[in-house]
Amino acid sequence: MVLQSFKNCLWRSCVLRTPKACFWSTASGGLIIQSVSNDVYQNLAVEDWIHDHMDLEKQQILFLWRNSPAVVIGRHQNPWQECNLRLLRQKNVKLARRRSGGGTVYHDLGNVNLTFFTTRKKYERMGNLKLVVKALKALRPQLDVHVTDRYDILLNKQYKISGTAAKLGRTSAYHHCTLLCNADKFVLSSVLKSPYKGLKSNATPSVPASVKNLFEEDASLTSEIILDAVAKEYAVQHQIDHHITLINPADETLLPGISNKTKELQNWEWVYGKTPKFSISTCLNMAYKDSVLDVKVNMDVKHGRIEACNIDLPEQWLPPGLYSELVKSLIGSKFCPNEITMLVTTLLKVCPQDNELHSRWSLLCENMIRLM
Amino acid sequence: VCIHRVRSCSSVRFIKSKYVCVFDKSALKFSHQQRLFRTSPVSCGQIVQFKLSDIGEGITEVTVKEWYIKEGDSVSQFDSICEVQSDKASVTITSRYDGIIRKLHYSIDDIAFVGKPLVDIEIDPSKGVSPEEDVVETPPMSHEEHTHQEIKGHKTLATPAVRRLAMENNIKLSEVVGTGKDNRILKEDILNYLAKQTGAILPPSPKAEIVPPVRRTETVPAAPKDRARRAPVPVSRPIAFSGKDRSEPVTGFQKAMVKTMSAALKIPHFGYSDEIDLTQLVQLREELKPLAEIRGVKLSFMPFFIKAASLGLLQYPILNASLDENCQNVTYKASHNIGVAMDTEQGLIVPNVKNVQVCSVFDIAVELNRLQSLGSAGQLGTSDLTGGTFTLSNIGTIGGTYAKPVILPPEVAIGALGKIQVLPRFNGKGEVFKAQIMNVSWSADHRVIDGATMARFSNLWKSYLENPATMLLDLK
Repeated sequence: MVLQSFKNCLWRSCVLRTPKACFWSTASGGLIIQSVSNDVYQNLAVEDWIHDHMDLEKQQILFLWRNSPAVVIGRHQNPWQECNLRLLRQKNVKLARRRSGGGTVYHDLGNVNLTFFTTRKKYERMGNLKLVVKALKALRPQLDVHVTDRYDILLNKQYKISGTAAKLGRTSAYHHCTLLCNADKFVLSSVLKSPYKGLKSNATPSVPASVKNLFEEDASLTSEIILDAVAKEYAVQHQIDHHITLINPADETLLPGISNKTKELQNWEWVYGKTPKFSISTCLNMAYKDSVLDVKVNMDVKHGRIEACNIDLPEQWLPPGLYSELVKSLIGSKFCPNEITMLVTTLLKVCPQDNELHSRWSLLCENMIRLM
Repeated sequence: VCIHRVRSCSSVRFIKSKYVCVFDKSALKFSHQQRLFRTSPVSCGQIVQFKLSDIGEGITEVTVKEWYIKEGDSVSQFDSICEVQSDKASVTITSRYDGIIRKLHYSIDDIAFVGKPLVDIEIDPSKGVSPEEDVVETPPMSHEEHTHQEIKGHKTLATPAVRRLAMENNIKLSEVVGTGKDNRILKEDILNYLAKQTGAILPPSPKAEIVPPVRRTETVPAAPKDRARRAPVPVSRPIAFSGKDRSEPVTGFQKAMVKTMSAALKIPHFGYSDEIDLTQLVQLREELKPLAEIRGVKLSFMPFFIKAASLGLLQYPILNASLDENCQNVTYKASHNIGVAMDTEQGLIVPNVKNVQVCSVFDIAVELNRLQSLGSAGQLGTSDLTGGTFTLSNIGTIGGTYAKPVILPPEVAIGALGKIQVLPRFNGKGEVFKAQIMNVSWSADHRVIDGATMARFSNLWKSYLENPATMLLDLK
């Protein structure tokens, strides 16, 4: 396997789409690239960039990438429904929304991602997955891996080791899939379990599955070995050299406009704001003094912002003026714990200085924030 | 369109003609030409049903997930119309036509069928026939350059929409490199060509943004001496500024700030400023910084400022008080919960260090570190952000010397610290020395605090900081 710098590949001539002799004269049909970054946003931005800018008519592309711990939700999913956002924040696990459809996955360095770029016409997922299976079997013939008709790859006919998603544009398309080599299954299962109750939405739900790492089946397998095996098989099938070209997703001269794409993917409006409309109908159990209050809460959230909100408090528990002030401020706010914390603490400054009132307010607000 | 035609064609035959169809225009201009049209004639203003095209893999139905346009919007060819999903694949559907959206056949979450109409688009009458098919022309007899399609005997492939764009911008199609199939010239090729040639800002399309004039500098001579000798190159095209005002509703945290600041304004503020010589403190901090680092804590100047303020508040407790709404009672707060203003992405937040009166400088540094990392991660809790009694705002880290800080209700005082500058000052012997000077600007509630109190507090605070050893005497 030879790794060469991207600049050697006359990348820019490919980019400008002028039919100058470039890569395809020496290695037509395909190109294999690997990201040097482990940042999920940067890597997703590379996918966007290739999808938008590269002409895939003459050569298809295989993109190999790995991320430091991150949860990646599908284009039309609801992060509150899919994962434990509180735990993600605590453990510093990033949350990203990709542009392709499908369900939620957990990435860490023990998981490899493979993206197959083709023209829209040549989009074909089964073929790609069969290529991956062939590569794995060539590596370890005794591995029992096969592709299901749901485009999953199963190990020992039981455990999911790969999930698939795809994005189709006007002229180009990509199919990407994960491959569990040696990911942290404990973190995976804990972050992918949503604690939020009472959510109702039409967002695409994920289908949970039992997973297993390839490493557990054969301890000699590592992410690097598996990546290389897939690249080798791709090279064979596309009749190209088994060269993997490294790219740096932060290189603006190589990939003009990439930093904007990265920023867009990190933006709250994309990650949370693109959540399809949903509603929450739940009950807060607030322990106050010697009793426990059951407080029904109903909220509608659209574009990640609170559109409507109703809190069923006992009468006069909070002065009515203050309650309506709270509800008025919540409407239009982001459904985000930080935003709401800042909001309620700021509002408290203009409240009458009453310890009882303050403790009630804090109790209610803390419980509300836990919903987010 | 008519005006362009007049300019471009030297023959002025058809100033007043109204062109409704491609056929009419072409018949008038290229009377001797032969044309091959593979399209069937489409009369204009017609509503075309844009059908959902094949997704591939034998898929027949998809779910509509997001509309990018609504009825009444105008679209250009290749603009995104909607996002649909089918079996883990998300597909962006783009428009085939230029026109106006007249009807959306589906709502969000509806199932849409391949081959059935997705949207109705009213084709723009001036844009002519559906650009789905190509118009291939054999070499014409007319001599207008921009309409002259022959390039050394080759035919140039381009859709009518692209040809029109080239014509409007006085571009010879022969000079444009086509990157589409069979070297067809695409809209993008015309735009790229334009950007490179004139280096000017392109005329705005309906959704245009301001194109930063980066490329323009390349056409202007770079050497300053050249500029001095000759006049700057005049811009050949009128600059089109297509920026628009943007309105956003005031929501959430911003709304709360509006309320708080409006309340703050009701407090009669008075200000008091002074200059502090931090030369000794700078030295002290340099000595203590490595010790703090060994303990895993970053030591800034703030812990010193905060502790000195608390020592001052012990002498002047009125500054750590709160006035009730009706101005009937003043509550002297026992705890010195000193707030530190922090600038985050969301805006100004003021977490506070609790009970400074019983904390050492090191304790304060530890707590500040904690609040700062939580603040930048956006994870501050409600208890960190409530209960403050006195605030310091270190605006000097960003810049500035004097400020006029606004008191945060229900507090009665606030201090803004400017940046530390190295300035010349006179010492006791009348010699000039290098002093580390910082300015402080206090604001206080004049209903309960008078100028003299503020001045005395400030002097005390100043003396602690100018001679840090004196803090030792009063530390509790």
